[in-house]
Amino acid sequence: MNDLEARLTRLGGPEFKPPVMPDGDVSYALHDTPIGTMLLATAAGKVVASSFGDEETMTNRLARTISPRVLRQPARLDDVRRQLDEYLAGRRHTFDLSVDLTLATPFQRLVLTDLPAHTSYGRTTTYGELAGEIHRPKAARAVGTALGANPLCVVLPCHRVIGANGALTGYAGGLDAKRFLLNLESKS
Amino acid sequence: MVREQVSLPPFQVLVDEHWRDVARLARALAGAVDGDDVAQRAWEKAFAAYPKLTSAKNLRSWLLTITARCATDLHRARRPQTPLEDAPPVTVAGPDAADWPDPDLWKAVNELPERQRFAVTLKYVGDLDHHGVAAALDTTPAASRRLVSDALATLRTKFGEDHE
Repeated sequence: MNDLEARLTRLGGPEFKPPVMPDGDVSYALHDTPIGTMLLATAAGKVVASSFGDEETMTNRLARTISPRVLRQPARLDDVRRQLDEYLAGRRHTFDLSVDLTLATPFQRLVLTDLPAHTSYGRTTTYGELAGEIHRPKAARAVGTALGANPLCVVLPCHRVIGANGALTGYAGGLDAKRFLLNLESKS
Repeated sequence: MVREQVSLPPFQVLVDEHWRDVARLARALAGAVDGDDVAQRAWEKAFAAYPKLTSAKNLRSWLLTITARCATDLHRARRPQTPLEDAPPVTVAGPDAADWPDPDLWKAVNELPERQRFAVTLKYVGDLDHHGVAAALDTTPAASRRLVSDALATLRTKFGEDHE
């Protein structure tokens, strides 16, 4: 590239204004919490993700599953973020949010839909007991797998489900996060 | 709610990766005053069309094509009776010499015939190959080559041998 061509590449100036986008079909925010950075997403007014997954993986999944018009628009998540912060500060026991389990498999939906009814704030249950609640008494392991891929962590309280021997077993946000949440609920 | 179409990346990826390219091209094509509006309009059009795209290839080129068309629309709106090919150069709101790089070159590019100006801007500011330039101008790669070549010849004449 000669000098003239190099000069041509720089026409236009260095100071630009980023675009102002309309509301995405899916809006998301990365939200820092005491248990790690969470990706929160809404679509059509419902929460579709509250996840510890990384931004690239989660937004690609949202694009594939719901709509490619996925935009980072934190203001659209203000209510979700506020409720999450209140919960994590011990000032809220239940979420007043509409949720959508589009990202979940049919079996996950079966496990997750009534999770708030099968557990309660400050009380744990076991994978086996939960399997019994959904009339699949032999599916404790599958229940564990379904909870492990919960797309709505914290909002749907999979952290309240533990092993029959009392072990925490696992959590998408890590065992420290699960411990934090159970301690939080036991104190409040 | 579940979609079964071509796997497109989240639109945010396009914004993050290409908004500066779109803004620079829009300003180079439409000038300092209208450039930001052209870029904004281009993003709105791209956002509206995005779910219907049938391929996830060359998304940058697709965005710059939309930007060029928005700039063309702006010019046509201001000169509705004249076909683009025969049009004299439109006076694009010029750069402020204090904060715009290379105002002499800007002026010279601005004085090129419109198709040449768009082609050379898409090629160098947009960094598109001749297939991309041709797509944006609804022409062939060979015609794009000619437009760019003619534009460079004019600019070299104006700026002398130093810029060969």
